[in-house]
Amino acid sequence: MFNIFMILSLIILTIAILFNIYRLIKGPSSADRVQALDAIGINLIAGIAIFSVYLDTHAFFELILLIGILSFIGTIAFARFLERGVVIERKR
Amino acid sequence: MKPKANDVILHTVTKLAAIIIFTFSIDLFWAGHHFPGGGFIGGLTTAAGIVLLYLSFDIESIQRNLPIDYKKMAAIGVLIAVFTGLAGMFYGDNFLEQTFGYFDLPVFGETELATAVLFDVGVALAVIGTAITIITSISEDEL
Repeated sequence: MFNIFMILSLIILTIAILFNIYRLIKGPSSADRVQALDAIGINLIAGIAIFSVYLDTHAFFELILLIGILSFIGTIAFARFLERGVVIERKR
Repeated sequence: MKPKANDVILHTVTKLAAIIIFTFSIDLFWAGHHFPGGGFIGGLTTAAGIVLLYLSFDIESIQRNLPIDYKKMAAIGVLIAVFTGLAGMFYGDNFLEQTFGYFDLPVFGETELATAVLFDVGVALAVIGTAITIITSISEDEL
């Protein structure tokens, strides 16, 4: 019974990621695509959490925090590039 | 003249998040013997934290406040890794022979200390040095 709920949540998350991929491909501006990538990262975090409950292991818990950090840094890098034209500034 | 952009939110979030990222990287580094983690991912997470500092501030102020030559850091990491391998030969074993023992430390009690941690220190320093060297030298060639 519990496993069925886990599988159902994973399926719903997959549908959410598919809609995000639609926005990633279709998105008119670059900001839409960056937003879609950030949302895909957060959905991946939720998917990993549910999958590690399903597998009954705590080996993937570091991965959750790691994907959060990398998604945050990637979004900031994209935002800097869209706003300033450079990712890392030489002198502010 | 263009007015200077004000990113006070980004700076405040960076100052908080960098502490969390560095703490997490140290945790990943020490967990590597018994749990997922280790030198490579610990070094890469530290590099991610330093890259976040570079992104949020600029190159010159970070290099003024964190005066590390990352090429030397990578070289020192490789040297540490080679010397921990040579230490095994020094005691009459094979190259890269690792050993461990149980010691009574003042705070932690009985702790397992392994020489594989020293090899991991070398790997982590090499990974940090290489990643930061690549990123800063890529970002330098404009203007």
